[in-house]
Amino acid sequence: MARTHDVAVVGAGPAGLAAAVEAAEAGLDVALVDGAAQPGGQYWRHYDERHARPDDRDGHHGWPVFTGLRERLRAERSAGRVRYLPGRQVYLVTRDEAGAFTLRTTASLGEPEADAAGEVTARTLILCTGGYDRQLPVPGWDLPGVMTAGGVQALLKGHRVLAGRRAVVAGTGPFLLPVATGLARAGASVEAVAEANGTLGWLRDPVGAASVPGKAVEAAQYAALMARHRIPYRTRTVVTRILGQDRVEAVRISRVDRDGRPAGPVKEIAADLVALGWGFTPSLELALMLGADTRKDVDGSLVVAVDGFQRSSVEGVYVAGEATGVGGAVLATQEGRLSALALARSLGRPAVPGRMGRLRAAIGRGRRFAAAMHRTYAVPSAWTEWLEERTLVCRCEEVSYGDLRRAHDDLGAHDPRTLKMLARPGMGWCQGRVCGFATAGIAACLNRRETTAEDLRPLSTRSLAAPVTLGELAALDRSRDAQDDQ
Amino acid sequence: MTHRMTFRGAAVPAEPGQSVGAALVAAGILDWRTTRRAGRPRGLFCGIGVCFDCLITIDGVPDRRACLVPAADGMRLGDSPQDHLAEDGSARDSRDASQGGGRGEDA
Repeated sequence: MARTHDVAVVGAGPAGLAAAVEAAEAGLDVALVDGAAQPGGQYWRHYDERHARPDDRDGHHGWPVFTGLRERLRAERSAGRVRYLPGRQVYLVTRDEAGAFTLRTTASLGEPEADAAGEVTARTLILCTGGYDRQLPVPGWDLPGVMTAGGVQALLKGHRVLAGRRAVVAGTGPFLLPVATGLARAGASVEAVAEANGTLGWLRDPVGAASVPGKAVEAAQYAALMARHRIPYRTRTVVTRILGQDRVEAVRISRVDRDGRPAGPVKEIAADLVALGWGFTPSLELALMLGADTRKDVDGSLVVAVDGFQRSSVEGVYVAGEATGVGGAVLATQEGRLSALALARSLGRPAVPGRMGRLRAAIGRGRRFAAAMHRTYAVPSAWTEWLEERTLVCRCEEVSYGDLRRAHDDLGAHDPRTLKMLARPGMGWCQGRVCGFATAGIAACLNRRETTAEDLRPLSTRSLAAPVTLGELAALDRSRDAQDDQ
Repeated sequence: MTHRMTFRGAAVPAEPGQSVGAALVAAGILDWRTTRRAGRPRGLFCGIGVCFDCLITIDGVPDRRACLVPAADGMRLGDSPQDHLAEDGSARDSRDASQGGGRGEDA
């Protein structure tokens, strides 16, 4: 029987790395499970370290923070206090009568396999599952050459591959800037950044600037890079259509009003790459599987509700980073540290006086800043007006906006749950990860009301957090039978 | 040393450390499967293992995520010319059942 760890940390991005090393340094026996082959998460994604080049760190923020955490992780691993399982994705988490959690994992990179080697048992959990680009459908967004902004960034940073030569970066939020400047630095011509909202308003936002001063410096650096690469930054502008036969050939952009309604001249721009991002969607599968309470955050995404010590509503389950509300890597790292310190204290380890207090104050400032950012870079309320009958909403099951409208108008699907049952958005391979936010928004809009947490929840819940083989499921049954026999 | 792979018979090079999907994009190949209903081309979209748009058959194993699988020397990519989801019923069934996709999990 595998050992029962004090804590299993899921995710080795900024929050998970910080949580794992803090917990281990506090004397806890830690398991760290991560889907990638090497630590860093999406934020510190970098080329395979076995083939590293010095310039792999270019364009990375907080790189010394990462290398510091990585070094501490190495030390804790060699001291035997951290069992690190890279390349494993947790697909199921359960809890036994004694309260111990079991994580079932599957190989995320290599061949799918049906074995129990990747099973992890722990008394407590720290979930640091991060997030991914939030998407809004637009006509033509399923053409090859259209990618998520994060995907374009991942290709560059993780694989040294430029996804196109003439790029348009569109959506909303500060993340569009590193993507655009990264592309330009790698040699692409960035024809435009189409930002749906007003300006770099957070620079002038008194709450935001006062909360985290370093962010203003970061913004100024990006502004300078944008100018150096002569990248046009078009505010209150959205991509209303992506054109092309079997791949992207051009985009149509339009000025919009405050609510996102097209209000100005339309312009066509030739492009072979479109990078889209509308903020981020937190990954909540595991927290929802355990029944943790959730809420709708300022940015409209569903997040896990936590208290001032990163505790979820489920006993023994802590959550840190984007899953508790999108706020960036600095905040995620602080939350990861706090969750580990709070957990260590609850397990009777001595606490350093003042440390948690200082972290909690910093997290409070970070949250206020994040909220100011979310208000500045909101999803435009009238975004569904860009949709046409044939626009795909669910890319997996090929469900169009017209299909959703008919399910609503003719079949009486008035809530996302019923819409999902009747029209099948979110029922395919990705299980609603890509279209969930949009489907919830469309359902609310068809009923002339705001999206609620209840709209988002059925599209964020998945029976398994990753596709697995029947062999793996059969192995589960066998282990359950064995338990019953005892 | 550069890996040599093939995509439907054509040579595709890859640098050690790159994913299959990254190598295909670097070779100018943007799509490698078609959708079940409309037959639309699909390649990389999210690039980080979330969206499953980039599914590909690798060395005869269907439904691998091209964005995640590391490139390796001698890999045969995208063997089936049609959308393998439609063709390979067994592979599709096993995955669908395990996702609870057809069961109406929210009922």
